[in-house]
Amino acid sequence: MIREFGPDEIAYLVFAARWTILLTAASLVFGSIIGLALAILRIMPFRPANLLALAYVNLIQGTPLLGQLFVFFFGLSILGLDVGAWPAAVTAFSLYAGAFLAEIWRGSLQSVPKTQWEASASLALTYVQRLRYVIVPQALRISLPPTVGFVVQLVKNTSLAALIGFVELTRAGQIINAATYAPLKVYLTVAAIYFVICFSLSMASQRLERKLHVAR
Amino acid sequence: MSLVEIANIHKHFGDLHVLNDVSLSVEPSEIVAIIGRSGSGKSTLLRCINGLEPVQKGRIVVDGMDVTGGVDLNLLRQHVGMVFQSYNLFPHLTVERNVTLALKVVRNTPKAEAKAIAAEMVARVGLAEKLQAYPDELSGGQQQRVAIARSLAMQPKVMLFDEITSALDPELVGEVLRVLEDLAAGGMTMLLVTHEMNFAKSVATRVAFMHEGRLHETGPARQTLEDPQTPELRSFLNAVLH
Repeated sequence: MIREFGPDEIAYLVFAARWTILLTAASLVFGSIIGLALAILRIMPFRPANLLALAYVNLIQGTPLLGQLFVFFFGLSILGLDVGAWPAAVTAFSLYAGAFLAEIWRGSLQSVPKTQWEASASLALTYVQRLRYVIVPQALRISLPPTVGFVVQLVKNTSLAALIGFVELTRAGQIINAATYAPLKVYLTVAAIYFVICFSLSMASQRLERKLHVAR
Repeated sequence: MSLVEIANIHKHFGDLHVLNDVSLSVEPSEIVAIIGRSGSGKSTLLRCINGLEPVQKGRIVVDGMDVTGGVDLNLLRQHVGMVFQSYNLFPHLTVERNVTLALKVVRNTPKAEAKAIAAEMVARVGLAEKLQAYPDELSGGQQQRVAIARSLAMQPKVMLFDEITSALDPELVGEVLRVLEDLAAGGMTMLLVTHEMNFAKSVATRVAFMHEGRLHETGPARQTLEDPQTPELRSFLNAVLH
């Protein structure tokens, strides 16, 4: 029996979007921790740390996200580890976000003029104090637009989790489509929901930018 | 013992021998103007004194702290202030917080006391009304005066000034030099890399002329600048004064 694509179906899609948001949020939290650590490893005046972080970033950026997702979902189960779709997706997306955020933040940290390091060093601030009070606050402002840009990508990329059976917005769209055979309506609705999420993020970012006085 | 003792230091940047066997002693309250052509090593010499640049050979001792012998640089820098050509104020902090930052995080000075010191230092450079301004709201000369106040707040034993008026519009140079004169009158020990020969002549006690990485000629400021002994200094002075 073919169902009509009506208000119930739309409600189901909107409701499924919470998993897209949750997956993005969780990956962002863990990814930020990984990214910040990697960014600092990348700029530390210690060569092995730089190389280690660089190797990680290249590995993640140089392989397809879908492949990484499959490694954590199917790969680990071959090794006898039964990983559910949610933990596999959060792990894969966190590692992925970590690599990209690390590069964005490294660039931001390095775009703070070297003279700011020197001035704060001359005032007897330790390396960590220089980072914390002088470099990071300035880097944060610089990094805001590209970071939000990446988060918008992340929101859309979480749709790949549909391929390991995680029911987020895209997977919910597939399910509804299978029941209604109204692909145009279904996927346009799905796209509209993605748009609302991403557009809100961009707007919030612009507001935050103004508040942070990016020029300064 | 001298306050700053530089003995036979050598520094290379790759193939370039930037500092070649430089020795210089600075007594308390002395004001040494370091002059020379660009690339002669004068800024590098200054940057070695607070450990911003390591030296490959030789010894630098500041107030008993052996810079080249592994002293904790963060301890050393509490006693050696430095001001740069490009001011380098922290653009995300107000004037007040620029000055209080090191007091708070390095010295653990209580907030109220740090603010009082900031107010005093900023007033001393004539900018009391700019305490809550951000650096980009100030002129170059004002920013440089704040940078001096920021260093002074740490009560350094010696101040290093690296071409601090070179980036300023000509009409703003005077206000910064007046702050230096005030410091000199207060007995501050200073080493300054400068192109302001008249200032060097009137305020510095000694002149050190750097040429091709060497300390080529040194002597009492007025005498050395008016009657240079080496042809290199003579030709340099001719070039900058005419």
